[in-house]
Amino acid sequence: MAEFLINGFLIFLLAIIAVVAIRSIKIFSTVMLAGAYSLICAIIFVSLDAVDVAFTEAAVGAGLSTVLYIAAMRHLPKREKVVNDNTIFALIVCFGVGCLLIWASFDLPVIGDPMAPIHQHVGPYYISNTKPDMGIPNLVTGVLASYRGYDTLGETVVIFTAGLGVLLLLGDGKNRDKNE
Amino acid sequence: MIHGILGIWNYWIVIILMMTGLFIVISRHNLVKKMVGLTIFQTSVFLFYISLGKVQGGTAPILTGYKDSLYSNPLPHVLILTAIVVGVATTALGLALILRIKSEYGTIEENEIAELNTEENSK
Repeated sequence: MAEFLINGFLIFLLAIIAVVAIRSIKIFSTVMLAGAYSLICAIIFVSLDAVDVAFTEAAVGAGLSTVLYIAAMRHLPKREKVVNDNTIFALIVCFGVGCLLIWASFDLPVIGDPMAPIHQHVGPYYISNTKPDMGIPNLVTGVLASYRGYDTLGETVVIFTAGLGVLLLLGDGKNRDKNE
Repeated sequence: MIHGILGIWNYWIVIILMMTGLFIVISRHNLVKKMVGLTIFQTSVFLFYISLGKVQGGTAPILTGYKDSLYSNPLPHVLILTAIVVGVATTALGLALILRIKSEYGTIEENEIAELNTEENSK
């Protein structure tokens, strides 16, 4: 019950942050709120037993992406020009999709149910075989680097492509004047 | 009844956060704000996966050495680790695109960019 109350409080904070982020006109405060949002998500991940995900989210989601946003903000306007021309449309779409998803959520297994389908597939295999196969106690590392190593390879390919894209888009600033 | 609600409550919060992100993406014209909306949307999906991997009474998936320990499912954690890192890579790419748009159009408001484009076409 205590765990539920703590989670409830944190998730309530998340909802408040999301709403303030919608309403704020200053882009800088929106960016900082997004950082706080990631940090609170990291705390929730800890309470849901995902410690590896929590520190990745805190370091990468809250730290690195906030730094990226602030670096980009140097060259961008600091304020949003508020135009509310399709708020009604957006509200209708979000409300409709939200209702459909909530309807679908009744078919999902109860959270924490050890008999849920997700826990019957490869999960138990990873839990019982990581130690004999790799000899390390951290199951997440074992799965990430060995059982699903090709996933991680794909991930590095994506990051490489994104880095290449950023370099090609921004360049080193030398060629930009020639085109203009 | 109350137990049933508590059991799927996390999913509802995830859905509400997801719709907040979608609302920002649809209704705001500022491109940086759209990126923040996408981040909120993305993080709600992470919360959904991690909620699915939770086992009641379980502990973090690091072997304790005791025979009867119950662990949460490590697989969603691995998938979400990958997704977080890829998410930052796409954020960087999106911000680079926004910087290029700013230097081409002089604005990052989507409706102003659309106006500039129609003016360009009508000339």
